[in-house]
Amino acid sequence: MLRDMLEGRGRIWWAAVVIFMFLLPFILPRFYLYLLSIILLTGLLATSLNLVLGYGGIFQFHHAVFYGAGAYGTALILTKTGLSPWISFIVGPLVSAALGLIMGWICIRLSKLYFAMLQISLGSLVWIIVYRWYSFTGGDDGIHGIPLPDILSSSNNAYYFTLVVTLICLFAMYKVIKSPFGSALQGIRDNPVRCEMIGINVKRHQLLALIIAGFFAGVAGSLFVVVDNTVFPDMLFWTLSLEICIMCLLGGWFTFLGPMLGAAIIIALRTFVSTYTTYWALVLGILMALVIFFLPNGVLGYIEEKIKKGFIEPVIKE
Amino acid sequence: MLEVKSLSKSFDGFKAVNNANLDVRKGEIVAVIGPNGAGKTTLFNLITGILKPDSGTVHFRGENITGLPSYEICRKRISRSFQVVNIFPRLTVFENVQVSILSREKRTWNLFTPSSKLAVEETNRILESVGLVQKKDRTTALLSHGDRKVLEIAMALGGDPEFLILDEPTAGMAPEETVRCIDLVKHLSEKLGLTILFCEHDMEIVFGIADRIMVMVRGATVVQGSCDEVRCNEAVQDAYLGGSDVCLM
Ligand SMILES: Nc1ncnc2c1ncn2[C@@H]1O[C@H](COP(=O)(O)OP(=O)(O)O)[C@@H](O)[C@H]1O
Ligand SMILES: [Mg+2]
Repeated sequence: MLRDMLEGRGRIWWAAVVIFMFLLPFILPRFYLYLLSIILLTGLLATSLNLVLGYGGIFQFHHAVFYGAGAYGTALILTKTGLSPWISFIVGPLVSAALGLIMGWICIRLSKLYFAMLQISLGSLVWIIVYRWYSFTGGDDGIHGIPLPDILSSSNNAYYFTLVVTLICLFAMYKVIKSPFGSALQGIRDNPVRCEMIGINVKRHQLLALIIAGFFAGVAGSLFVVVDNTVFPDMLFWTLSLEICIMCLLGGWFTFLGPMLGAAIIIALRTFVSTYTTYWALVLGILMALVIFFLPNGVLGYIEEKIKKGFIEPVIKE
Repeated sequence: MLEVKSLSKSFDGFKAVNNANLDVRKGEIVAVIGPNGAGKTTLFNLITGILKPDSGTVHFRGENITGLPSYEICRKRISRSFQVVNIFPRLTVFENVQVSILSREKRTWNLFTPSSKLAVEETNRILESVGLVQKKDRTTALLSHGDRKVLEIAMALGGDPEFLILDEPTAGMAPEETVRCIDLVKHLSEKLGLTILFCEHDMEIVFGIADRIMVMVRGATVVQGSCDEVRCNEAVQDAYLGGSDVCLM
């Protein structure tokens, strides 16, 4: 069953999971519903990062910037303009995509770690602007009590909205990964020189991947506005970026659903741990070290390996 | 078809290619020979845009292609294989070739059609022609070295080239694999009319299939000519064969 699910076959099982998730509001208390919404949208954020990190091999270490940009884009339209709230949900992700284009265009000239350094610097610059620009962004206070359309104001409906949008986005990203563009992107990750030699313009493909990843991170940001009614500068602080990188590694960055699983584990753990201790960062650090040593392909990567062993071995023996 | 004039490239002052000259006519098979470190691979890297030359020019069909990026050179129907196997390790044999075809057809910007439905026929045809079709669903990590070298060529063919560059295609192959590989190269030249430039250590292979030979020593072209001319050339004897007087190889 698990093997079918991971290989995109067992449709029925997936349908069962989705129906189950739709029924959860009838069972779960409000707090857990809120937590689940946060897991879903953070999982979406981590999956968008993984599109460029795991599938594209681009070291986008400061991905939270696009999450924050989407959230602020949505929040500012909702609070400062009289435009329809639904427009704000589109503008947020578009702001992120545009930021992805600009930052990508600047950083893509550099490769690997140099890309990462420049991207972190530029991302921190965006964070400082948001943090300091009181009159526009509310500075370190952020923006609270963001007005939402009535239909989204109940926590059940916010959950449903998050669930539906997340599922649509995951499906779209899955399509992208399985498309010719996705194949090219994975080729670039594995071997950029060879890609150029078969006629692929590596930098342009990477840039498009960064724009797409920025867009979906922005969707996650907009969802956060729906679920939490607030935005604050920490949403684009680098520690969050680090956390979502860890989610990808922990869940399995060569698997499609690994980042979602990673998000679930980290957020559940954080909620649980912080009731006992304030040293969350320490726990995170230890967890990270354990993953790197014992599960280099992440939890889901490990499971996939175990499942595949069963039917790859005969092939080698033959 | 291809014309290389006084091409040079140094790495930190070391002249890896130093005044190399080469011309290849349409439909020919031309071999580049020379001792290890002579600069053959570097020369191929210069022609295919992986490295930028310090000086000199490369013309293809009369057009100056010196210093163009690889992906543009590929679009002019020049493909190559690499000496050190250079494929996509996480993709299957099939996908390796398919992505090459999709790239040629400029379909890699397509975001929504599943790849698995595209260019299937052509991919299968190429895999068939190189004899890898039974292994098409394997991850390339599970291939033998010889099969990977052949996959190199298959990927190059995905670009539907007119001009094919092969960097030591048979290096490291078992004898029977070598025979098959040479047959494949002959087939590509005779049946598909490809122009082929290759380098190779095994002199028997070189003299067996090359129409003309270019000899490279320490980055420089010593001579280019027919097999017989090269065989008996004095400079080649001195530089490459260690001064033996005998006119054979
Ligand atoms: N990227 C590089 N950086 C520095 N030296 C290089 C590089 N590539 C090749 N060389 C040097 O250039 C010389 C020619 O190498 P190469 O072209 O690979 O020779 P061949 O293919 O004829 O054996 C060698 O001495 C090698 O060490
Ligand atoms: Mg070489």
